Amino acid sequence: MAIRDWPIKRKLTAILLLISGLVLVLTSAAFVTYQVVTFRNTMRDNVATRSRILAANSTAALAFANEADATELLGALKYDPHMVAAALYDRNGRILATYPPAAAADLVPPAPQPDGYRFEGGRLVGFTPVAQGGNQRLGTLYIASNTKAVSDALRLSGIIAVVVLAIAMLAAYALAAVLQGRISAPILALAETATAASTRQDYSVRAPKFGEDELGTLTDAFNQMLGRIEEQKKELQQHAKILEQRVAERTQELEHRNEALRRNTAELLAANTELDAFAYSVSHDLRAPLRSIDGFSQVLLEDFATQLGDAGRDSLHRVRAASQRMATLIDDLLKLARVTRTEMRTERVDLSAVARDIVGDIQRATPDRQVEFTIAPGLEAEGDARLLRVVLDNLLRNGWKYTGKQPQPRVAFTAVDENGSRVFVVKDNGAGFDMQYADKLFGVFQRLHSAAEFEGTGVGLATVRRIITRHGGRIWAEGVVDQGATFYFTL
Amino acid sequence: MNPGKILLVEDNPDDVTLTMRALKSHNITNEVVVAQDGVEAIDYLFGTKVRPAAADLPAVVLLDLKLPKVNGMEVLQRIRSEERTRLLPVVILTSSDEERDVMDGYSLGANSYVRKPVDFVEFTKAAQQLGLYWLLMNQAPPSPRAP
Repeated sequence: MAIRDWPIKRKLTAILLLISGLVLVLTSAAFVTYQVVTFRNTMRDNVATRSRILAANSTAALAFANEADATELLGALKYDPHMVAAALYDRNGRILATYPPAAAADLVPPAPQPDGYRFEGGRLVGFTPVAQGGNQRLGTLYIASNTKAVSDALRLSGIIAVVVLAIAMLAAYALAAVLQGRISAPILALAETATAASTRQDYSVRAPKFGEDELGTLTDAFNQMLGRIEEQKKELQQHAKILEQRVAERTQELEHRNEALRRNTAELLAANTELDAFAYSVSHDLRAPLRSIDGFSQVLLEDFATQLGDAGRDSLHRVRAASQRMATLIDDLLKLARVTRTEMRTERVDLSAVARDIVGDIQRATPDRQVEFTIAPGLEAEGDARLLRVVLDNLLRNGWKYTGKQPQPRVAFTAVDENGSRVFVVKDNGAGFDMQYADKLFGVFQRLHSAAEFEGTGVGLATVRRIITRHGGRIWAEGVVDQGATFYFTL
Repeated sequence: MNPGKILLVEDNPDDVTLTMRALKSHNITNEVVVAQDGVEAIDYLFGTKVRPAAADLPAVVLLDLKLPKVNGMEVLQRIRSEERTRLLPVVILTSSDEERDVMDGYSLGANSYVRKPVDFVEFTKAAQQLGLYWLLMNQAPPSPRAP
């Protein structure tokens, strides 16, 4: 595992151990170095002292060049196990005696070297002057001691240092294991809490606080954050609950409405079916008696004209007129009913073309009346072509009819744009109407003129309004008596 | 060659009387056979167990729609489904101008659809034109062999 992936506990312990180890090693090194230096100095002093004593004792032997005495003197060195070799040189640098007596050439230098004591090749070697009376030099004493004592001391120091180091490191480790907890425990607790919050989505958990240090501040901030999240979660859940409740309420409401709508639709369907049957029956059955009334009246008029007399013939003519008028009424009512019943097919309708067509029909049917029709080109609308034709047919024929007493009759079909929506206008300069009765214009069987003035059943405009309403549009009218009427409608 | 008969299928005796009068007033003297409902019309055209079918088919059938027992549409359907009467000219002569009736009538193979006007003068004109057209001007399909 890479060091950066170590758990904080291990990192902290490692840092503590590293620091204390480094300190200990440096301290031990200093201690050992001091030991070695001190020991070497002591040893050199000892060797120097011994050399001076021996040198003082050797003056006589050297002065008389007494080899035997010299050898004996040097032989005493055997009592010091560290002494490796020794030699006495005379004034001329010749060897007088050695220790051990037959010393190998590599143990004893052939000639004396400058005075002094030094460590050389693992040994302490010293050259001491041998003098008499303070200044007459008689020769030189050479002594070589092994440095086993130094290495022994060094080894001991080393062992002590290692043992101390080991004990200290163990203590440091134990201490670190305890003390790192002070830092790692809050961090670990934080980590644990964060994991719990993120994995279990449990925001009610809180990290324990260990102190008022930076970690304490961090823990506080973290706990605060958790608290806020918990609060928000609660709020959110509450909102969700309210929303759910609302949805449920709305759904129920909608279901109720749907149910009501279904009932209404069913009722409407039943009513429509009934109306359908009614209209069908009317269409077939109501006209038959009228045909008989009219037919047999005519038979009477044809076969019994002379017996009837003028009054009788007049009566029969009235009977016939009435039955025919009733037939027209029935037909108009059926048309009105049909407007409600027929299915609408929406398409783009060229109203101008339809209007021109209707005007053509009117003019062909009544060539003796001269009415000036004006139709604006390019008027189009979305709607059911057949029903819109009924609208224009009624409005244009109305214009034609009510301008009957006008010397210069004019009827115009145009459109204006009002508040962004198209308003179609059918305007005439005919009989017009009193605005006081404007709301009665579009009612079934409502007429503002007598049949003697202008014939009609009072169904046409009702039909028109029903068609406009079915298209989602609006129709209204303006009029001035004897000056004309204007019909506006939107689709 | 026999002048063709007219089969008038009509349940309303007033209408029968008026139709006959209208036809006669224009010197249409062809024999008129009246069937008062759909069953009678079918019996006349196709026969029953006790009576054979009419030997000669009528030149034209004037068919009302609203009839007791079997209505006009069913009669028309029967006429068009039988090989013998498949091409028989049928004019629907009725009170209604319901779009449904007109569409159904033509879909089932009616040759013509005429709405009876309430105005008897108009009605007479219509009857005259029908008679003139179907009995005199129209070239009838070749008479099929009797079964």
